Amino acid sequence: MIRLKDIGFRYNSRPIFTGLNFRVSPGDRIGLVGPNGSGKTTLAQIIMGLLIPDSGEIELFGKVRKTESDFAEVRGRIGFLFQDSEDQLFCPTVLEDVAFGPLNLGKSKEEARAIVSATLASLNLEGFEERITYQLSGGEKRLVSLATVLAMSPEVLILDEPTSGLDESTTERIVQRLTDSSLSYVLISHDRDVVERTTDIVITIRDGRIVLVKEKSEQGRHQPSL
Amino acid sequence: MHIEEFATGDSPIHRLDPRTKIIAAIVFSVVVALNHSLSATAAAMVFPVAVIAVARISITKLLRRLILVNGLILFLWCVLPFTFPGEPLYSIGPLEIHREGVLYALLLTLKSNAIILAMIGLLGTSSVFSLVHALSHMGVPDKLVHLFFFCFRYVHVIHDEYRRLVRAMKIRSFKPGTNLHTYRTYAYLMGMLLVRSFDRSERIVAAMKCRGFRGRFYILHHHEMKKSDYLLAGCSGLFAALLLVL
Repeated sequence: MIRLKDIGFRYNSRPIFTGLNFRVSPGDRIGLVGPNGSGKTTLAQIIMGLLIPDSGEIELFGKVRKTESDFAEVRGRIGFLFQDSEDQLFCPTVLEDVAFGPLNLGKSKEEARAIVSATLASLNLEGFEERITYQLSGGEKRLVSLATVLAMSPEVLILDEPTSGLDESTTERIVQRLTDSSLSYVLISHDRDVVERTTDIVITIRDGRIVLVKEKSEQGRHQPSL
Repeated sequence: MHIEEFATGDSPIHRLDPRTKIIAAIVFSVVVALNHSLSATAAAMVFPVAVIAVARISITKLLRRLILVNGLILFLWCVLPFTFPGEPLYSIGPLEIHREGVLYALLLTLKSNAIILAMIGLLGTSSVFSLVHALSHMGVPDKLVHLFFFCFRYVHVIHDEYRRLVRAMKIRSFKPGTNLHTYRTYAYLMGMLLVRSFDRSERIVAAMKCRGFRGRFYILHHHEMKKSDYLLAGCSGLFAALLLVL
């Protein structure tokens, strides 16, 4: 689904990636760990086409993507959860915010409403439709942000620190939602416990490249290829 | 900080189509602003007062807002009666108070209060988002509508950020005074807010793009013109015509 080849990227003339290769195949559940500033968020933004690398090739869903419109075409298929929910939620009510993605994808109003209630229900957020987004608590904001991403029924998720700063029960809800689903995802996190429980393979970025940290090789598990 | 203070409520005014309210408010403001007669302006007050009475807006909250606005008008009263040429009423030392100046200040006071009351009564009783919807339905350019909407949505976030920074200053024993250190600190505070807001706006656009945004907002709720809307439109039209005749 996602394939990065020989990516080079500099930030303020400091090299972040030098010949980075990365691949996500259907069924992969990848944990991305590493120290602050090692380029985890940058990698996610390059995949989404929000940052353009200096060199290398990005292939998404079988096609090399170069221009903004190339990326716009597939953004609905990759769900990106931002680190700060305040950036993700911008509509006044939860209903409008969760419906924003589906409406952009061309769903009718009725379909969008149905998607919103189903998505909210899957996160135990029933009845949140008319709540005001900026009045939600930090945990609720994160859950609603996740709902806005899931509402677009993406094929793969990129989650940037989905559980940072959350209490145990909210963290638990997010972990549950991820492990219950059959979605492929890349989870960026500092929380060892969360990474341990939700992913099959753990990678990090060292010297501008992807390095394998740990691989769970349970029987019947899909073997991700890097 | 509560911007939509008067928007929650259930009165005939609250239930009106925001499009009718926007048009009525614009027509009323233009007519009042262009008017030069004191008696017509005084008569114009009837309209916003009636709207506010029907909307059952809390008088104390309303007065608090009016005091803010009239603070500015107070400056006019300090200047206009003395500087506007005309027939002197009486003099305090070397200063003379002129009759025309007093009347002019009075006219401006009435005009501004009438317009503000109409805005509070008509526009304040709709939620900002429904006004945004109404504006985009009325053919206002998308860019302006988006600008208005995002200003409103992120004023809270920027205000929170401001409070966080002020708290961070306080816990390190910052006490504002009349000195260079204070000015420099406030300049840093403003600069920091600006930079942070800019960064945030970039992240919001990125988040919107990730959710398939291509420059167009789709609207879930739609407005509907009802009998009461035509009634308000008729009343305000008649009233405006009447004021023009006066």
